[in-house]
Amino acid sequence: MNRRTFVQTLGVAGASVLPMHLGRAEQETPPTEFVGILVDTTRCVGCRSCEMACAETHGFPQPNSDDAVFEKERTPSVLQWSVVNRYQTDKGEVFAKKQCMHCNQPACASACLTKAMLKTEEGPVIWREGKCMGCRFCMISCPFDVPKFEYDSPIPKIQKCTLCWERLQEGQQPACVEACPAEALTFGKRRTLIEEARRRIAKNPNDYVHHLYGEHEAGGTSYMYLSKVPLAQIGFRTDLDTTSYPELSKDYLYAVPIVLTLWPAFLLALSNSTKRDSDLSESGETYE
Amino acid sequence: MNNGNRSLALVAGESRRFAAFLLSELKPKGKILTPFNIIAGVILLVAAVLLTIRFTKGLAATTNLSQDFPWGIWIGFDVITGVAFAGGAYVVTFMVYVMRLEKYHPIVRMTVLNGFLAYVFYAGALLFDLGRPWNVINPIIGNSFGVSSVMFLVAWHFMLYMMTEFIEFSPAIAEWLGWKRVRKVLGSLTLGAVILGITLSTLHQSGLGALFLMAKNKIHPLWYSEFIPILFFVSSIFAGLSMVIFEGSISQRVFKSQISRGHRLAHDDIVIGLARVCAGTMYIYFFLKVLVFVHGQQWTYINTPLGYWFLVEIVGFVLIPVRLFTQAVRFGNLSLIRVASVLTLIGIVLNRLNISVIAYKWYAPQHYVPSWMEIEITLAVVVAEILVLRWIVNRMPILREPPQWATDRKGTREVEFVTRKEGEKQWATTM
Repeated sequence: MNRRTFVQTLGVAGASVLPMHLGRAEQETPPTEFVGILVDTTRCVGCRSCEMACAETHGFPQPNSDDAVFEKERTPSVLQWSVVNRYQTDKGEVFAKKQCMHCNQPACASACLTKAMLKTEEGPVIWREGKCMGCRFCMISCPFDVPKFEYDSPIPKIQKCTLCWERLQEGQQPACVEACPAEALTFGKRRTLIEEARRRIAKNPNDYVHHLYGEHEAGGTSYMYLSKVPLAQIGFRTDLDTTSYPELSKDYLYAVPIVLTLWPAFLLALSNSTKRDSDLSESGETYE
Repeated sequence: MNNGNRSLALVAGESRRFAAFLLSELKPKGKILTPFNIIAGVILLVAAVLLTIRFTKGLAATTNLSQDFPWGIWIGFDVITGVAFAGGAYVVTFMVYVMRLEKYHPIVRMTVLNGFLAYVFYAGALLFDLGRPWNVINPIIGNSFGVSSVMFLVAWHFMLYMMTEFIEFSPAIAEWLGWKRVRKVLGSLTLGAVILGITLSTLHQSGLGALFLMAKNKIHPLWYSEFIPILFFVSSIFAGLSMVIFEGSISQRVFKSQISRGHRLAHDDIVIGLARVCAGTMYIYFFLKVLVFVHGQQWTYINTPLGYWFLVEIVGFVLIPVRLFTQAVRFGNLSLIRVASVLTLIGIVLNRLNISVIAYKWYAPQHYVPSWMEIEITLAVVVAEILVLRWIVNRMPILREPPQWATDRKGTREVEFVTRKEGEKQWATTM
């Protein structure tokens, strides 16, 4: 192929690809807005109705209803996707619900090499059993330490909150939101929730710290928290990045195709340049 | 008709002969009940029992892994350290096939074989750690391509690199089986496989480090930096070469009978050359470490327990061995080189375990410590690799000279035999 035909081929190929792309762009539907849940910890009374509803909806054993569970700070587990903790703070007892935060750009989903961990279009991050190979890289990557692994099972699953994705498909609200008697949980579009949170802070500026946890943490999450005390006092990490976690390995991944294409060419050139005259004549001989 | 029958009989006879040859090669050579074999047998038996428990009861039955520590030594040592140790293969093939430093040709096969087996066994050990190993093919097939994952890259590169290493090694198999034509074809694939292999190694050696990039707030700041991938890549060069030096000093004794006089004489010179490369890359690595340390303004962490531990790794197992390598190269002191290589290897183990296990969640109240069963199974993986290595070295021309037909200049582009003779001559003149 000489240069002229090469350029011609390139032109034809480019022209045939171009309209395909334009056509696709026109058909694209507007992106769905992420949904989320606003947790107003100033309203939570620690009744744990959300825990009970969660267990019932997802087929887990009913958690111990005794208030003694508050003695220790709990984390979500393989049998409980959502837990309520009690914290002693500067301004008295505060209850805070803990579960998956459903990041806008989740570290777990970008870490998953089989797409078992998936950020759905609606916002919930779900785990798909048929794809997962159990490498637990999602657990290493999650800045909130949310995914839990069934170490006691020969056919282990990853357990974590799905934001009741199945219920959302049927037009229902997440079970915890529906069960909350104190209106501490509000379900809605993430953007609306941020506006609602700002409205509450503006209306009662003395009742809240002026920070919406989850608006920017880890690049933004679907679960967002309002609190009357600094978030560190109710068991939240405040040292997290405000850019998304997949961003951390993006530079590396961008370098991969560059190395993959330039390295072999460079090595081949290097190998040719180190050829001795004797090698050259010899290789001529063997290709008889 | 008659003709067809005759060729059929010929094929049948040939395959019968071939089967008989394979059967005879499968039998062990030498004494069976040696102390090493007995210990190895016990370790493997115990591991078989433990693995049965692991696969019927789950990971908790044999490991101390927890929700806080999802990765233990099966990842931190077997895979992440093991792959760094196997880095010698891409470095030596680079020196021999790309730079054409023919001096190092005699160690190519042993190094590539070692690297290949390390990948097979250590990446294979990954299957013990995977919770759902039957889905391990998902990232390779179907619509499950998690292309945004560093793990996806590492998985593909492991698989492809094992293939390239097998191709690099395959001429030895053809020589063993006496397949002359196949040997010629396989030999011609070597350079391509080497170049692809180096590229893949660059990416997955650094990729193993990149796995930890998203664990930013979980790894102690003295070990976490955005340069982990580069540090992993640079350290894999001297980790791999130190392993080649260490392994060479053992196999020079164990497989003494197989090694020709020329190779034995050339070996010292090879080791000194490797030590020089080790020293050079270790200086670069140390410089990078200092740069990251200063750039990250991490002085405040030094006067803490983990700060002292960091100094142990950097001073004790990077700075001291690099000084030893430099001294040893200058004076041609081979035993000092061996000491330095062992210190370097320990330093790599420390570094990889620090990032993946020890400094990972250093703030956790209950830190992960491996169970004896995890250590036992890790030992079994190493033992199994050594047994297979020994089986191959005793049968195929790895350390031995290849058969005459393979080194014949007319039949092949390889010049192994000639260079070995040259090495011998050179050695004689330098004396």
